[in-house]
Amino acid sequence: MTTTTVNVGIVIVSHSPLVARGIADMVRQMVGDSVPLAWSGGNVHGELGTDATGILRAIESAWSEAGVAVFVDLGGAETNSEMAIEMLGSPRSARVSICNAPLVEGAVMAAAEASGGASLSKVVATAEELSP
Amino acid sequence: MHTEPLLIAGLIEVCRATIAANSEHLCALDRAIGDGDHGTNMQRGCEAVSAEEANLSSLPLPDAVEKIGLTLVMNIGGAAGPLYGTLLMEMGRELRAEESGGAFPIILKRAIDAVARRGRATAGDKTLLDVLYPVQDALAHRSRLSDIARRAELSANDTAPMKAMRGRAAYLGDRSIGHVDPGASSCALLTMAICRYLEENRPE
Repeated sequence: MTTTTVNVGIVIVSHSPLVARGIADMVRQMVGDSVPLAWSGGNVHGELGTDATGILRAIESAWSEAGVAVFVDLGGAETNSEMAIEMLGSPRSARVSICNAPLVEGAVMAAAEASGGASLSKVVATAEELSP
Repeated sequence: MHTEPLLIAGLIEVCRATIAANSEHLCALDRAIGDGDHGTNMQRGCEAVSAEEANLSSLPLPDAVEKIGLTLVMNIGGAAGPLYGTLLMEMGRELRAEESGGAFPIILKRAIDAVARRGRATAGDKTLLDVLYPVQDALAHRSRLSDIARRAELSANDTAPMKAMRGRAAYLGDRSIGHVDPGASSCALLTMAICRYLEENRPE
């Protein structure tokens, strides 16, 4: 990418590659190319699981100077995402947030918010409003 | 010290063999309260470490331990990856920092605290911490290796009456009670294997 992206990026992390890719498709349909978007699903062998280096690659691919919001499904997805953010290193790691929000609705709402140029904290807050 | 490469290689092999021999058992424990893959995940991690054994055992101990942690993170593929990974990566860093006379129980305590932070768990939450903390305590009290191993085994069994507060098992609430935690079990099996190996091959 040669152009500077100003909109917050979105990363989808699921234990299932199918789920991660499916949600990314839904997000893409909502907001087109206006939001940097990437997904990571499955372990290193593409089986059910999560993969810290795969998540790291997804964050780098959806990187935006405005920050990146990460959406996760279950336990290991969250811990592996934290690991990936650490591996990303500072100062970029400070601009990545894991959202405590439902995966599908959270990612779609966050992307809609991000496509309007909202800040990372606003994008995260919008998604987290969906959590009980 | 010329015994170090042998020690690293030996420990890698006993850990791999122990997990391989108990993989099905760990999966069965995980099927009861999780997603049933703890054995295969741990086996994948240990095999990845084994594949790098020649390279790892040529490194100074702190670097080898840290690299083993990173390999586990990248290959286990479940929540156990970042937890065991953090334990070893932190231990490696602490070993390096404390190289001039650091006491191992303190190094281990710091590494376990890092695992607790990573998992946002504490003792009693039905996790591998419920084995790690008692093992560290036994070590700090200079218990014999056989007693440390026994303590690990008993501590894993003690997770059965606990209610899971973290991880997939926490979704089951009270239904997690009565099952031994798979992570605590793998941790005890590894501790027992390491103690047995060190007893048979005293580094001193």
